[in-house]
Parts: sequence; structure tokens; C-alpha cells
Amino acid sequence: MTKTVTDVVCPFCGTLCDDLEVVVSDDGKQLLEVYNACAIGAEKFLHSQAEDRLTRPRLQQEDGSWKDVTYDEAIEYTAQMLASSTKPLMYGWSSTNCEAQGVGSEIGEITGAVMDNTATVCHGTSLIAVQDIGIPHCTLGEVKNRADRVVFWGCNPAHAHPRHMSRYSIFPRGFFTGKGHKGRKVIVIDPRKTDTANVADVHLQIEQGRDYELLDALRVAFKGLPLPDVVAGIPKEQIYEAAEVLKSGRFVIIFFGMGVTQSLGKNHNIDEAIAVTRDLNEYTKAAIMPMRGHYNVTGSGAVWGWQFGFPFAVDLSRGFARYNPGETTSNDLLRRGEVDSVFVLGSDPGAHFPFSSVKKISELPSVCIDPHQTPTTAVCKLHVPVAFVGVEIGGCAYRMDNVPIETRKVVEAPEGMMTDEEFLEKVLVRIKEIKGE
Amino acid sequence: MKKLAIKVNLITGRSIQQGVSMEGGKEKPAYTAACGIIELDPAEFKRLGTYRNTNVRVTSEYGSVIVKAVEATQGPHPGVAYIPMGPWANMVINPNTYSTGMPTFKGTPVEVEIAKNGQVLDSLDLVRKACRGEVV
Ligand code: SF4
Repeated sequence: MTKTVTDVVCPFCGTLCDDLEVVVSDDGKQLLEVYNACAIGAEKFLHSQAEDRLTRPRLQQEDGSWKDVTYDEAIEYTAQMLASSTKPLMYGWSSTNCEAQGVGSEIGEITGAVMDNTATVCHGTSLIAVQDIGIPHCTLGEVKNRADRVVFWGCNPAHAHPRHMSRYSIFPRGFFTGKGHKGRKVIVIDPRKTDTANVADVHLQIEQGRDYELLDALRVAFKGLPLPDVVAGIPKEQIYEAAEVLKSGRFVIIFFGMGVTQSLGKNHNIDEAIAVTRDLNEYTKAAIMPMRGHYNVTGSGAVWGWQFGFPFAVDLSRGFARYNPGETTSNDLLRRGEVDSVFVLGSDPGAHFPFSSVKKISELPSVCIDPHQTPTTAVCKLHVPVAFVGVEIGGCAYRMDNVPIETRKVVEAPEGMMTDEEFLEKVLVRIKEIKGE
Repeated sequence: MKKLAIKVNLITGRSIQQGVSMEGGKEKPAYTAACGIIELDPAEFKRLGTYRNTNVRVTSEYGSVIVKAVEATQGPHPGVAYIPMGPWANMVINPNTYSTGMPTFKGTPVEVEIAKNGQVLDSLDLVRKACRGEVV
């Protein structure tokens, strides 16, 4: 016999779909099938069942081989490393629950760490822009029920957030959007003809890196003022047309992604995108939302927001919280050699940081907490596999629109495996002992 | 004879294959097949004078990596090349943050040249070997 668990939350991307169904064996130990998830979400659930999954911590030896150790030894190693560091970097925090993030912050505080999350390579520049000029925001529920003009700027949900378009932004029929797709006009701005662009009414194939110019041109076009013939590779007629489409909507939502946050201009691109949204509010209702990647990167920003006042790049090394992107951000710290150990949980900087930073991690004392084998675990000294959050343990996560959703446990973790939170709590207790607190 | 190299503007980002294979295990061949590639327009293949699915060396001011050249699935995008986000792309992207904390993952000028006998390493190997200075 099998059981079907309904209303399961997918712990992969910031869309945080909450309508999955998962079939598990009667004893709750095996996960058999996943329904309603996209290909990525389904793979995440199914991979937890992989036979070659690591279930015990391991230490990397001089020659690159691995030696299994117990969780107790791993806790001791981690506690000693953090307690003896002057300025450890504690990075990641996006693929775990808010409960673990809370315990991690406590460790950061007593060890004088720099706490940084994956926003640092994702929407960190958006956070800077929001601090600069604010943000007219809304929830995805409002998008579904009200939005009739949808813009995807430098993001490709068809690949990165596969169910976003069907659940919220393009296809669903909502209270005021009874015609679904037909009632919405979709504009995509992207240097590639992406699969998202293929379902759009308008695709502006912008010259890569010229987002600021085009955003600025839109603001000019809203006012009906003159434009040069071509801006950022787009003829002015198309820009005027797009401006009219936006102004004539009842509710405009602008989603934006890495195309704007990682191209030159960075936070200033987002400043301008927010200014476009603000301008639009003179003609209609408009909101803007970052397409957050990891399922709980938003949550780690929220947790640190209320604990320290800053959503990423929090430097606690002086005994109080400092925040200065460019100085207290992971890649700058690593490249300048300003941290003396690295602790990673819930992210894979080995795969997603520039190589110059990865090399620095490999040269420092390092611990990586991750259910998977990754390029980060390959270069870290200690690898601690843990239970999958959202699969083998529940906990709170924040969707990309800042709505907290409680994830669910659907199967048992392999016997004897610890969760992020349990591991961190033991490390915290041990650090307090070492420090004599 | 000097080897022929073409100049393109490199961007990185997600793809659904990248997401699926990453969750399936970054040590597996599927991840290499999904991310150890560079997507080029047909016009660029012509300029480079080679067929699709040839291994190429991608070099920037910041590093170099061997990946397989494939035809752009979401193109054409003249002058732009695409490597899905991952350790291969991160060998060559511009790591400078210009005081924002954010490396410049998009918009790195690179050169692409044929490397028929070059081997595309898997992600764990690539990072491990590169850290030890065993690959250039
Ligand atoms: S869209 Fe995102 S949250 Fe929804 S099923 Fe796919 S990966 Fe999971």
C-alpha cells in the first residue's frame, strides 16, 4: 500500500509551489512518485531517494581521498574551526528553513562571522536598489487576480521558474482576469530569444548590458517626449508602442531577473526599473518583483532583516551588525583574503562563484553542509550531508513575494541523519562551551 | 599558422536542463552535458569554421575553459554566446563586483577557438583540478 500526501510545498525555486502531491510507501520511508511539480521540482524530490546518497560526514585527506567520520566528530571540527577563527565567512542559507537560519545567526553572532546569503550573486543588487529608492510591491496572488500587463525583464521563467507562468503570471484565470492568457499582454526584454519570449506578445531583443538606457527611454516615452531613433538596439517606434501597452493596462507587473542584476550597471539598473514602475503609477497601478531563485533566499533576508537590520552581507566581526556591499560581500572578502575560514550551508559557491573566489575557499579551513556532492564539497575539508529540508523535514520558507509558507515533511530521512537545525544547534552548544559562555 | 578564434560577448544563466541535472547530482554526466557547453549562433559556427558539437576553448581576460560548442536553442542572438550557470562559465566570467558585491556574470568578452582534442571535465574534477593548478 502507498499513501498520497497532498498540498506539498516544493523546495526548489522561489515560486514555492504548494500544490504538489507525493506518493510515499506505507511506512513513510520511501518516496515513490511526485505529481504537479515541474521537472526540476520532481527531480529534487526523487534525488533524495538516490541509492548512492551520502549519509555520514566525511573529512577530506591530504591526498584528496575521503574518510568517514561521525556526526559528533563533525560537530567538534566545525565548532573548533569557527571558534578559533577571527573572521569566518558563513555563507549560503538559501536552501534551508528559517529555523536553521535563526540558529546560524546566533552562531554568527558569538563567533564574529560575516553572514552572507545567495542574494550576493543573485538579487543583492536589487536589495541595494530597494534601500535606495523603495519598491512598489505586491503578492503573486494579486498578480494572478489583477495583472493584465506582465513584463519579464532579463528573466526566463520558462527555464528558471517553470510553473511561475502557469500558476501566477501568464496563464491562470483570476478574479479580475477571467480570460487568462488572452486578457494579458506579455512583454519580454531579453538579449536572447528565450522560450519565455516565445509566449510573449512583444519581445524586445535588447543589446546585452544596455538595460539602463532602455528603461530610461521608456520613462521618456511615457511622457511622449522625443527619443533617438534607436536605443539599446530597439527602434524608437517599438519603445513608444511598449510604453502605450503598459500605460493602457489596469495593473502592470514587472518581473526582473539576473539579466539586469548581473549586467554592468547592476543596482542602478534596478533603481531605474523601480523608477519606471513609479512613473507608471501616474497612469495606472503598477508593481515590480524580483524573481528570487532559491526557495528560501527571501526567508534568510527576512530573518536577518529582523535580527540585524540587513538582508545580506552582514558583518558581525566587530560585535555589532555592519553592512557595506562591496566590502562585506562574500566575493569581495574572499578575493581580498579578508576571512580566515569558510562555512557553507544551503548553497553551492563552488559551482556558482567566480573561480577566483572558489580557489580562495579551497585554501582556507572550510566546512560544507549539503545533502548533495557538489563542487563546494569537493574543495571543502569537511562535508556534512544532512536531511533535505522540505522533503525530510518541514520548516518555514518565504516565497519570492515575501509570503511565508510552511514546508512539509513527506518522508523519513535515512536513519541517523541530522537536519540542518539539529546540527547547527549542537555546534552552537559546543562553541559556547569552548568560549566559556 | 595562427589558430582561428572568434570574439563573442558571453552571458550565463539558468536553463531547465541545468536545474534538473543539478538536482540529479553535480557529479553525474548529465550535469556536464547540460552546463559544460557554449551555445553559439549558426553564423558563429560558420565564422569558426567547424561543426556543431565540437569541443572548444573559451578564453577571457580572467581564465579559460574547455566546453562543447552547441547550437543556440534560444536564439539567434548575434554576437552573444551563452554558457549555462555553473563552474564552467565561472572559469571565465568577470569576477569584479565594482563595489556592489555582485560579480559581473553577464557581458564578458571572450574568444572561442576549436579544441578538438580538449576534454570537457566534470564539475567536481574541473574545480578540484583548477584549485590545484592542474588545468589551465
Ligand atoms: S516552479 Fe519552482 S517551486 Fe514550482 S515545482 Fe518547479 S521548481 Fe518547484
